[in-house]
Order: sequence, then C-alpha cells, then structure tokens
Amino acid sequence: MTKILPRKDVVIVGLGWTGSILAHELTDQGLDVVAIERGPWRDTATDFNIGYAQDELRYSIRRDLFLQPTVETMTVRNDPSQKALPMRDFGSFLPGNGVGGAGVHWNGHTWRFWDSDFQIKTNLTKKYGASRIADLQVEDWGVTGAEMEPYYDQFEYLAGISGKAGNIKGHLQEGGNPFEDPRSRDYPNPPMQMTYAPTLFAEVGRSIGLHPFPTPSANMSRAYVNPLGIAMGQCTYCGFCERFGCANYSKSSAQTTVLPVLMKKSNFEVRTDSEVLHVDLAPGGKSARGVTYVDTSGEEYFQPADLVLLCAYGLHNARLMMLSGIGKIYDPGSGEGTVGRNYCYQTNAGVQVFFDDKNFNPFIAAGALGQTIDDYNGDAFDHGALDFVGGAGINCIPTNGRPIGTRPTLPGTPKWGSAWKKATVEGYRSTLGYSSQGSSYATRNNYLDLDPTYKDRFGRPLMRMTFDFPDNDIRMSNYVCDRMEEIAKALGGKQYAVGRRKKGWDSVPYQSTHNTGGAIMGTDPKKSAVNTFLQSWDVPNVFVIGASAFPQNAGKNPTGTVGALAFRAADAIRNQYLRNPGAPLVQA
Amino acid sequence: MNKLVFTLAIGAAALNAGPARSADQADQIIRGQYQAVLGDCAGCHTQAGGKPLAGGLPLETPFGMLVPPNITPDGETGIGNWSEADFRSMMKSGVGHNGVRLYPAMPYPAYTRMNDRDISDLWAYLTTVEPVSNKVEANQLPFPLNIRLAMLGWNVLNFTEASFQPDSSKSAEWNRGAYIVQGAGHCGTCHSPKSFLGADKDSEFLQGASLQGWFAPDITNNAQSGLGKWSQEDLVQYLKTGVNAHSIASGPMAEAIENSTSKMTDPDLKAVAVYLKSLGSDVDSVQPAKPDATRMATGEAIYRDNCSACHGGDGAGSGVLFPSLAGNSIVAQGSSETLARLVLAGSQAVHTADAPTTPAMPSLAWRLKDQEVADVLTYVRASWGNAAPAVSSDDVAAVRKGLTR
Repeated sequence: MTKILPRKDVVIVGLGWTGSILAHELTDQGLDVVAIERGPWRDTATDFNIGYAQDELRYSIRRDLFLQPTVETMTVRNDPSQKALPMRDFGSFLPGNGVGGAGVHWNGHTWRFWDSDFQIKTNLTKKYGASRIADLQVEDWGVTGAEMEPYYDQFEYLAGISGKAGNIKGHLQEGGNPFEDPRSRDYPNPPMQMTYAPTLFAEVGRSIGLHPFPTPSANMSRAYVNPLGIAMGQCTYCGFCERFGCANYSKSSAQTTVLPVLMKKSNFEVRTDSEVLHVDLAPGGKSARGVTYVDTSGEEYFQPADLVLLCAYGLHNARLMMLSGIGKIYDPGSGEGTVGRNYCYQTNAGVQVFFDDKNFNPFIAAGALGQTIDDYNGDAFDHGALDFVGGAGINCIPTNGRPIGTRPTLPGTPKWGSAWKKATVEGYRSTLGYSSQGSSYATRNNYLDLDPTYKDRFGRPLMRMTFDFPDNDIRMSNYVCDRMEEIAKALGGKQYAVGRRKKGWDSVPYQSTHNTGGAIMGTDPKKSAVNTFLQSWDVPNVFVIGASAFPQNAGKNPTGTVGALAFRAADAIRNQYLRNPGAPLVQA
Repeated sequence: MNKLVFTLAIGAAALNAGPARSADQADQIIRGQYQAVLGDCAGCHTQAGGKPLAGGLPLETPFGMLVPPNITPDGETGIGNWSEADFRSMMKSGVGHNGVRLYPAMPYPAYTRMNDRDISDLWAYLTTVEPVSNKVEANQLPFPLNIRLAMLGWNVLNFTEASFQPDSSKSAEWNRGAYIVQGAGHCGTCHSPKSFLGADKDSEFLQGASLQGWFAPDITNNAQSGLGKWSQEDLVQYLKTGVNAHSIASGPMAEAIENSTSKMTDPDLKAVAVYLKSLGSDVDSVQPAKPDATRMATGEAIYRDNCSACHGGDGAGSGVLFPSLAGNSIVAQGSSETLARLVLAGSQAVHTADAPTTPAMPSLAWRLKDQEVADVLTYVRASWGNAAPAVSSDDVAAVRKGLTR
C-alpha cells in the first residue's frame, strides 16, 4: 500500500553536489523542495570525526562511505556478444552514497573542459576530416566554452577552488595553464603550497619544454568564506581525501559549501535512507507526476511534485530513466534510442620513478595537491600526424602516503614476505609517481541498458554496462605514456616503471569513478536524452543532472563540469522554465 | 428588547475581535515583538520545530523539573484568559492569573525591572500570536517544592519588586545597556552565581555560574576570566553572529544568540557591550601557578594529536570556523565544566544570518580518558598566555557522569 504524500513543487533524487546546488537555487526562488536520498545523513563532526576520519582500514580498504553492491550493483561485460555478470563488489569505480554523495570522498581536482571539448565533433571534423572519427560516436555538447564560463566561475567560487589562472579574458597568466580557455577572473584562492615531488616534476617538465602548473584544487589553500557566507578551513595536508570525509572543513563538498545554509531553509526538506524506485509518469508518458520511494522499513511512498530532478550518480540517473520509461533505451544494433547511449569512462596510465637519494615525505599530501601538464591533453597539440584523437592530462598529484595503500616497490619485487617488506621501506619515501588521465571517447558498442537476467532487491532489472577501451583511446594512452617516459628519463631516477592501459577493461582493480554518459545532452533528440539545459526531451518536467549528460569524457576530472552544468540547469529553470512550467525549453 | 441588546453586544464583540487594528496598535505589536526578542521568550517557551510559544522543553533546575508553559492566547491551555493586569503582575512579581505563584525559573526577578510600556507592548504582541491548544504540566517539582505557595516564602526572602534605576552619571547608551541586561535580557539568570535557594547573588552579578551542565562564563570586564580582552566590537559581533576572534558560542548561549541577540538592533547590542564592559575590574588577577612539567608535556602531546589540526599548534584557531584557544574566555574560567563538556560531548556553533556555517566540535568522549581530557585541558589553560587553574580527572569525571546520566 503506497502512502500518498502532500504535493511539493520540486522533488530531487539524491542530495550530493548537484542536488544541493539545485535545491539551494530553487529554494531561493521560493519553491518548496524535497530531496530524497538513498543513503544516510552525514555531517562533519559526527561522521568525519577528527578522531577516526583518517581510519584507512575502515574508509579506504573497507570503503565505509561508498555504495554497497547489496544496495545497487550492475552487470558488466566488454562487448555485446558476451553475457554480462553482476559486479559482486565495486572495484574499477566506487559510487558514492549518502548526503553529499561522491563529493564527500573525492580528491578535489576541479577542472574546466575546453571549448574544443564541447564542440568536439565539429572541431575534429574541421581539422582532420570526418574519416578520422569514423570509428567513434563523439558528439558536440550543444554549448560553447564561453557559454559555460559563468557557470564554472559560480561553481569554483562556491567551492573555493585553489589554483592559478592561465588565461584571464584572453591574457595569458604566468604560472597558470596556457592551454585553458579564457576565464573571467582568477580562482578564489591561490594554489596550495607545493610538496617536493610535484615541485621536482614541474622543474623537470619545464626543462624539457612542457608547461606545468598547479592542479586546481578543492582543498583549501587558506581559510575561505564562500558567496553563501559559509566558512572553510585551511587544508592541513593530512593526505586523507579520496575515500574519506574531511574532518577539517577543508575539502569542498555539499557539507562544507551548501548544506549549512540549505538545511536551515523552511522550504527545504531532505528524507534520508529513502530510495527512489522510479519516476511516475502521467498517462501518455509525457509528464512526470512525482516519484515513488521506499524507506528502510519497507514502507512505500508516492511523492507528487511538479518538477522532478534526477541528481543521483550519473549511472543511477540513467538507470532511473530506463526503469521509469523516460526516453527510449539505446540499441547498438539499430543505433536508435538515447538512454544509455555514449557511456564513457577515463583512460588512465601511470609511471613510477625510483630514486636512491631523495625523500619525498609522501605523507604530507592532499587529494588535489600537485602539478599538471596539459601539453598532451585534448586539443592542446596537433593530431595531424597521429593515429588518434583526444589526449590526457599528466598529473603529479601524490594524494597520500597512507600506510596500508602506499607501498611502492621496484618492478620484480615479491608481492609479500620479508623481501617485500624491505622494499616497501626503501620505496616509501623515495618514489615519485605521476599519471595520465586520458579522454574516453564514445563508440557505438559502449553503452548502458537493462540486464535481461539479474534483478535488484526490489525485483527491478539491474543496469548492464557494456564497455571496453576503444582502440583510439588505447593509441592515445600509449602516445601519452611515451611522453611520460621522456619525463621519467629527464627526472633521472635509478629506474622507472610504466603501467600502460590495455584492451579488455577489467572491473576489479580500481581505476576511476569518472563514469560518464548514458543521458547525454545535445541538440538532436535522436542522439541525446536531454537538451542543453539537461531537460528530458521526452518528459519536459524532468531534468537529469550530472556526468550522465557528458556526450564523452575529456582527459580531466568531471566534477567541475558537473557543478557548472548544475548551475546552468538551475539558471534555466529559474529564468526560463518557471515562466511556462512543463514546456520544453528547446523545441525538438 | 433584551434580544436587541444581545445582538448589539455580539456586534461589538465581533468588531473588537476583527483583524482591523489601528496603526498605533500595529506599532505597539511590533514593539512588543521586539520585547519578546529581548526577553528570549521563545528560548524557553518554544520547542525546536514546535509551534511558537506553545510550550517548551523541560528545564532541569537544581530543585527538579519545570516545563515552560504554553503562552499563546489559547483560552484552555494558554494565557487566553489572562488580563493585561495579570500579565503585568506576573512580570513584576511572579504572581500570575488567579494568584498563581511562578517559580523563578521564569526570570521575573529580572523582568521586574522592565518598564510598564515595554510590558504593555509585549502583552499586545502576545495577544496576536496564533493560539495553540497544548496542555503543559508546568510544575513537575517534587513535594514539597511543588507547592506553589512556598514561593511566597521564597519571594519574601529573595525577591523585591523593583524598577530599573537609571544612573544619571552614565550615558544614555550605558543606561539602555543596563536596562536590557538587568531587565528583559535577563543575562544574570544564567551568568550570575546562585544562592542555595536559587536566587542570584547580587554581589557576584554576571561573574559566571554553573547550570544544566554548562558553566555560563563571567561576562564582566575582568581581564582574566571575563570580557577584559574583548573590544566592544568583539562583543557586538559575538552577540550578533555567534562568533568572534575569541570564541564561538555553544550550548545555551548558542540558543540565546539564535533566538534573541542576533535579532537585536545594532544600537541595542552596542549599548549592551558598553554596559558589560563597564562592570567589574579589568585588572589582571594573580596568575595561577604553572602546572607541573610532566602534565604539560603529556597535555601537549594529546593536544597535537587531537586538537591542533583545527585549533592550530599555537592555539590561534581559524577565523569564524575554529575558535582561538589563546585568550578564549571559556578556557579562562575558574570552572572547567564547559570546557570538559565541549571535549567530551562536542558542540555545534549557532546558525546566524551573518555566520551560517555551524561548524562543530566533535565528541571525543569515546577516545580520551578522564585523565587525558584533564591533561590536555590543563595544557590549554596554561599555554599561549592562558592562566587558568589545572583540571583534575575528577572534574572531568563529574562532567562525564552528568552527560551519561
């Protein structure tokens, strides 16, 4: 028996970064907003208590803050000819759970994508001809870098990003990223103080003609008060960011930048430990009536609302659309359907350089404290003579020196026993690591749909992920690995090791939680699930907000772009949609 | 004929009860609403998330439990049957409707200094609050204290109806501040030490007192334990936002700031600051002896591991987020009750429009033993210019016991 609740203006599914931003903006507009969050309430003092926030076993190894596969998992396979099997444990990626979502336990790398990323198909076709991308299914986003700029700015000031501008209104800035698009002003906070490893990496990079700059970081380089009046503390460089909540109010998250104000508003409410089962559509399927959710006691509720915002993790947004009948599920055979289309990931590789005579003190660290080289990222370099498109940022960001996880050893060292122990003692302080974070471009056969066999605890089909690294991306990654080897040689250690990306994506070892696509934005309703304001083409009172909207992924972390898209969607709802609620903002 | 009179009477009553009130009345009601802010009526009479003024959470007094009653104009369960004269009598002498004697948990010993106009304004406002039917059993004291007539004797011993006495040698601002602090603001209700009968000790006015597991600090201008190191601006900022360079409000003061002082006008806050800064002596008291070096070393090690990430190696804290422990008035009190409580139970800062962050001190009761809490507090109280007495593990144990009761 479903309990029917009083109507709300807006129901938001998921209270992470995007849910919090949308809730804040729309409550400011005077709307009555409820957020329904699958996981628990979390706040700094009680859940990231300074006394145990840095428990590596609990949070990193046992992954206390993450979504557990018993709650929701998915089936995976590398190509459509295979039978997909469920992930019984999350490995390659680790979706978040609870208030704050994955924004609680991220590292804090906060990038802007470039205009050349947004207009990728047009740009690559013009430069290299259509045949160069014939094997790919890359799409334009339908927005320009200039259109996105004010929303990036809004997110960076909300989150207090520490960094150095490379280009302010067309003027290149010494010490910043010379390849970035023009920005209207500098970051709100200066770069973090560098530790030795990224300092050395930058010096050597510069010596061979590259352009290193401080990684834009959501770890505070100094105390900060954001535009909402919320204060953050200076980062202590403890090195417990990724997989951990921050005990010191030093890492941007919904908790540290939005919730203190949002939670005090009388027109906002959050219901935690409550899982949305589906969006309920009116007969005809052209408008949403609200959502159905279930709490931990098993009680089922219908929450009517005029506007439904899917703000869950990108993969879960896509699945909720499929389970609710919002849009047509993508079929790689016919190429028709939009939901599940253009699932992309991240194409990473890494290098370790071993020294005898250096001490990097790796325990002095922060999740986004480091240096990046963008010379081989995206469209920063000419691909005319190359056999791929795309690129990677090369990042020297030694995020931590945690005792269980940080055990670099020379190649050939045994994996256990006294020889291993001795090698980890030798390698701990004297190893420098850096990695390439590569673009991931869409192909016809990388996609999401519903699994025909496996179901969740409510009897709903699991989502099925079909993915392997495209040949283009492997060629890209190898090219960037060659460039990383050049840096390794210039660094001059006693030995280096390169971990190259290979075909045959393996869901077990951790790689990246940058899963993108599945409900992509665009200008063509046949190829995209949402318009450029993230409004569903098929059900106009549903907006789908998150990395699910990325048509493909760039060689950069997605959160900055997710935040900017959230502000852009909020702006469109406040200033366009509410004038004529229920109507499409873009005519198909 | 009788019928006609009756109809006319109904008509007149309807006119009186109607929504149309004159502009004068509107002004009076708005002034009265501000008196309710100054008096922090909601602090006791409204439950978190509950209907305004419809009855509060139980107050633990040293003598037993009292529940703040429903003071909405509901006839059955509120004060709808009271007259303005009843209300005035209650505010001035603690004797309410039908001669019922109030317990001084209701701070009539302070409100007695409010002038007639302010009381009348407050009454005008209270008659406009939404009536809520909510029966509250206010008196839950044990026998014989539950006999309200006993308060007759208490009043004879401890209370004289009074009016505020302005000091013509002082500025109008000082007098305004004194009027608020001694009257509607009832600061002494928490901050003045009490006699064994629960009456304020006038000789130690605002010099700090223990209540409900917190130590309400000395708010005279004493340089060591009081506000001597605070500027007037610091004090105004604290009362307005809940935070300044010296302290972040916690516990009952956080509630008082949220409900009351953050909503006071800037001139009133400045007046309060001028008055409080004029009280007591700003001469440094004698420095207590430094605790022994072993305890200091132990305390410092505990401090580095547990406290320094936020409060800094030098105890300087960080802006509006982490209070400075150097020169912090809570640290400097003779009593370590609040400090021990903050370490054991944690605390969340108040939310105000100007300081919305609500940072929180985490609970460390699960992590630190009584002796460790005592050592680290002893270290904090004797470092960075602080000079407060050492803390014993028994002090901490008593606070822990109170928290787990």
